[in-house]
Amino acid sequence: MSISRKQKGKRRQELLGTIYSVAIYTILYIPVFVMMMFSFNNQRYNYYWNGFTTQWYAKLFNNSAVIGSLWYSVVIAVLATVISVTIGTIGALGLKKYEFRGKKFINNMLYIPIIVPEIVMAVALLIIFIKIGLSLGMGTILIGHCTFCIPYAVVTIKGRISGDGYSLEEASMDLGANRIKTFLNVTLPSIMPGVMSAAFLSFTLSIDDVVMSNMLAGAKNSTLPVLILSMNKTGVTPDVNALTTIMILFIVIAMILNNFIRNALKKRAKMEENI
Amino acid sequence: MQKNTFKRKTLPSLAMAGPVSLWMILFVTLPMLYIIYISFMSRGVFGDVVYKFSLESYETLLDSTYFKVILKSIKAAFVTTVLCILIGYPFAYYIAKKPKEVASKLIMLIMIPFWTNSLMRLNSWLLLFQTSGPVNNFLLSTGFIDTPMSFVYTDGLVMVGMITNMLPFAVLPMYSSIEKLSRSLLEASADLGASGRTTFFNITLPLTFPGIFSSIILVFIPSLGIYTVTDMLGGGKVLYIGNIIKNQFGSIRNWPLGAALSVLLIVITGLLIYIYTRFAKIEDMEVL
Repeated sequence: MSISRKQKGKRRQELLGTIYSVAIYTILYIPVFVMMMFSFNNQRYNYYWNGFTTQWYAKLFNNSAVIGSLWYSVVIAVLATVISVTIGTIGALGLKKYEFRGKKFINNMLYIPIIVPEIVMAVALLIIFIKIGLSLGMGTILIGHCTFCIPYAVVTIKGRISGDGYSLEEASMDLGANRIKTFLNVTLPSIMPGVMSAAFLSFTLSIDDVVMSNMLAGAKNSTLPVLILSMNKTGVTPDVNALTTIMILFIVIAMILNNFIRNALKKRAKMEENI
Repeated sequence: MQKNTFKRKTLPSLAMAGPVSLWMILFVTLPMLYIIYISFMSRGVFGDVVYKFSLESYETLLDSTYFKVILKSIKAAFVTTVLCILIGYPFAYYIAKKPKEVASKLIMLIMIPFWTNSLMRLNSWLLLFQTSGPVNNFLLSTGFIDTPMSFVYTDGLVMVGMITNMLPFAVLPMYSSIEKLSRSLLEASADLGASGRTTFFNITLPLTFPGIFSSIILVFIPSLGIYTVTDMLGGGKVLYIGNIIKNQFGSIRNWPLGAALSVLLIVITGLLIYIYTRFAKIEDMEVL
């Protein structure tokens, strides 16, 4: 009797939990679906729903300002990812392997861009750039993005370095491989998952960034998020909704493919192991 | 021999740890020190910086207009944090109790909306709640209200934006600390006759506290510096510290004041991190 009552209570709890979670997911997804819906709105500005159209998807490619800012964002994100992952990978290995004076200080410094509000980092960089007379533009945005991407890359990759005392690397060097060969053939493959997630993280952080880009941009070009922010006074136009819809679909498909390939590779590795 | 150590140890450590160290010193340490320095200078007539020691900016912060904004920001960040923790904990708990494969899919499902540009997601709330938007239309047609309500550019809508933007940062650390909780402890507690509630308050909650505190830091600190939510949903009518800092380096041109506000944020951040490191390691903060 009491057991069945207990089970009943548990089932009710489970049901409540499910309802609650579905509600939270709904709230998290509402903005995405509203954003998508209004990309089909037949109105120059999204003030109210005015019927269905796909014209914004066609017109998107004629709107040079929006597409131009997207390319600007993508170029910066790719460069920021390459620089951050390169410095982050060798940095993570160096900080894990070697002891040197000031190492603790550098480790602490790495947490500053992650934790301190971004606006503070942005204005601090801005006044330094102005002080040394660097003209604002792509270069300064890039430095800004790398400054928060590098710490994330280092932390992500450091977590993937096993603490097994570098026996594999030593074996490789004993067998006559030089440092660079050892790094490329032994060290890098072992931390590859960490490097990949660092790259993914850097790219998404950079392409979505508003605060640094807004502070450190010159007068000429702006990234897509900065353009959206500046549109907010008059209202964001539906073609931006269309572009963002395409981007989110692209990312989701890429993620599914990535998952699929990873699973396939895992299966193959397992099969090879069995042989 | 000495040359050998140089080649074997110093050179590789320099080559590997050097670039990251240099970057951090040039673009983190120096700017941070410089902004602290600027905060003690004063503003010239033309918005330039007068390089003479002064506490002018810090005195201005205590001025009622700025002090009100500071208090308002702290209050908003506090409310956001509390609500994110209260809403997020049961959610994190529900996910953590699922089998591992299901849980990782559910976590993925939280992340997907966040790959949509955050400004566009904020803009959606504006579209939903604007004067002739779907929410007002619905309320009008059902007869709940006679005239459209004005949700936009209010503190309430800003709060909706803050919470929906910050929620994942609260859920993820709490999820991983609940997930690590050993099942045997909970079973032991139940076997010894403790009710579900007793077990929760005496075991689950204390043991997952580091996760909760990570969430507090990851929500409170960014909320304190945020200006995009207020810009998008507050329409310039709702101002937080972040907006004030941004304006000092933009249109208003009072660098020392903006620097002093930044230093205030740095101090609050440092204080919270200091408290955190008293009982947990910073490496375990689950910042990712």
